[in-house]
Amino acid sequence: MPVTIATVTKIASLARIAITEEEAARIAPELDNIMGWIEQLGEVDTTDVAPIMAVIPNHLRLRDDVVNADPLTGGGIRDAVLANAPQGEHGFFTVPKVIE
Amino acid sequence: MTDLTDLGVAAIRDGVRAGTFSAREVAEGFIANVSKAKALNAFLVETPEHALAAADAADAARAAGETLKPLAGVPIGMKDLFCTKGVPATAASLILEGFTPPYESTVSANLWAAGAGMLGKLNMDQFAMGSSNETSAFGNVISPWRRSDGGNAPLAPGGSSGGSSAAIAARLCPAATGTDTGGSIRQPAAFTGISGIKPTYGRCSRWGTIAFASSLDQAGAMARDVRDCAIMLEAMAGFDPKDATSLDLAVPQWYAGLSGDLKGKRVGIPKEYRVDAMPPEIEALWQQGIDWLKDAGAEIVEVSLPHTKYALPAYYIIAPAEASSNLARYDGVRYGLRDLPEGAGLQDMYAATRAAGFGDEVKRRIMIGTYVLSAGFYDAYFTQASKVRTLIARDFEQAWAKCDLLLTPTAPSAAFALGEKSADPIAMYLNDVFTVPSSLAGLPAMSVPGGLDGMGLPLGLQIIGKPLDEQGVLNAGLALEERAGFTARAEAWW
Repeated sequence: MPVTIATVTKIASLARIAITEEEAARIAPELDNIMGWIEQLGEVDTTDVAPIMAVIPNHLRLRDDVVNADPLTGGGIRDAVLANAPQGEHGFFTVPKVIE
Repeated sequence: MTDLTDLGVAAIRDGVRAGTFSAREVAEGFIANVSKAKALNAFLVETPEHALAAADAADAARAAGETLKPLAGVPIGMKDLFCTKGVPATAASLILEGFTPPYESTVSANLWAAGAGMLGKLNMDQFAMGSSNETSAFGNVISPWRRSDGGNAPLAPGGSSGGSSAAIAARLCPAATGTDTGGSIRQPAAFTGISGIKPTYGRCSRWGTIAFASSLDQAGAMARDVRDCAIMLEAMAGFDPKDATSLDLAVPQWYAGLSGDLKGKRVGIPKEYRVDAMPPEIEALWQQGIDWLKDAGAEIVEVSLPHTKYALPAYYIIAPAEASSNLARYDGVRYGLRDLPEGAGLQDMYAATRAAGFGDEVKRRIMIGTYVLSAGFYDAYFTQASKVRTLIARDFEQAWAKCDLLLTPTAPSAAFALGEKSADPIAMYLNDVFTVPSSLAGLPAMSVPGGLDGMGLPLGLQIIGKPLDEQGVLNAGLALEERAGFTARAEAWW
C-alpha cells in the first residue's frame, strides 16, 4: 500500500511530531520507497512460525515486593527526578493547561 | 622514549603496574591528543578531570603497595549513549540538550569500579541511528583515515559508534565503549582498522544506556586489538538486577582464556553472504581470512543461512518499532528540550518539541515504527517481521550443528566519503547487511582488521559465535589478528 502525503500526516500526528505540508510531501516518497523495499518480507512463508521478541533464553525475575527494594531505582528521589525538568514547581512537573 | 598514547589497554595496565610510567603521564598524553584533535569532532564533552582523578587514584594505589584494579591507569572514551553521573548526555540529539544524568549507567559504573578513567563523551549517530555518524546533531565525526588518492575527501568513521572508532584509530584513547543494535560496533571498527566486539545479548546491562531498540541494543568494547577488547568487555559485562534482560551468569575470564589455536574448531562460511556486487577486494580478504583460520587449525565448512536476505527488511521494522516506543519519552516534560509555542496546549507542545529536537533520520525511524505498529498494519508488518526473526535465529541454530563459528566480511565496502550515501536511506541501511542477522539472533560477534583496500583503507573480517561463546569469537579474532599483522595507521593530518 503506497505511503501518501495523507498517510504521512496521520503517522506524524500519531507520533506527535509537527510537520508542515512541504515536509510531508518530501517524506512521503522516502517512506514509500523504504516500505516498498520492506514489502519483500511478505514472500516469506511464516505459517506455523511463532514471533519472537527475545532470542536468548532468559527467565523473568521479580524483585522483592517491598517499597524501595532497590534504593537506586526506588522512591524518595523526587529532587533527582525533577532536576532535569524543563519546568517544575512545588515538586511536580508542570505542563501547559490541558483542560479548558 | 615511547609515546605512551601508542600503547593499548594491556600495555598501559602492565606499564603502570610495573612502574615503567605513571598513570598520570598516560592520562596527560591522551588528554593532549584529545585537545589537539578537534578537527575529528570525535568528542562531544571532554572530561580530563575524570581521567586525571582515576589516574591519580591508580598511582596512589601503587605507591601504597595495593593490588591494582584490572583497568587501573587506563583512560577510555565513553559513547554518549551511556549516562554518566553529572556529565551532560545527549545521544547526539538536540532533544536531550541540557540533560545531565543524576545517575550512572551500569556499564560505566563497572568500568570505573575496574579503575578506568574517562577522557570524555564520544560523538555518535543521533540515538545510535545511522551507519556513518552523519546523523549527529553536533556535526559529523571525520575519520582519521584518508584515501591514498590524495583527494582528501573526508571519510565516514562508520556508525553509530563513529566517535569511538575515530578516537581509537587516531590514538585519542586506547579503548572506548560502543553499542551495537545492528552493527554499530563492528562496522565502525572495520572502517577505521580497529577491533570491536558485541557480546551475546544480555551480557552487558542496558541500565542507564539511552534506549534505541531494546531487544537488540547491546553494549560492547572497541580497542586496537583483540586482547584489549577482552579486557574491556570483562570489565563492562555482568549481571545487573536493574535490567530485566540481563543474563544472570558469571563473567568468564575471557582475557586469561585467549588462545589463537583453533584446532578442533569448525568455521562455517555462509554462502548467502556472497552478495551481488561485492567488491573483489572484500571477496579476496574473505578468502584470505579462510586461509588464516585454516592455518590456525580450524576446519572450514560451507553452511547455509537461507533467510539472510530478509534480515535487513525485518530489522527495519523491528528496530524502528521499538524506537518509536522508546523515544515516546521525549515529550518536553521530564527532561531535555521543551518547545512551547505561544498559546500552545499540551499536544502542540509535544509535537513542537519533538519536531525541533529530533533529527531527520530519527523522525524517519519513529514514523516507520509508528506506521508498522498502527492499527491495521501491525500483523502484516511487525508480527511478520518478528516471525522472520524466528526463522533467522533458527538458521543460525541449524548452522551450529555443522560449525562452531562463522566467518564473514564485516561490511560490504571500505569507508565511504561523507555525503556519499546520505541522500539514499536504503543504500545506507545496506551497509549493515552482514552485521544485522547476528544482531537479530542476539549472537556475539566481532570485527578485526584484515588488511587495506586499493585506496589504502582498512577492511574488517567478522566472526560470529554461538550464544555465550564470546571466548570462541575472541580466539578466532586473535587467530586472524596474529596472521593479518595489521599495523597500518592513519597518518596524523588533524
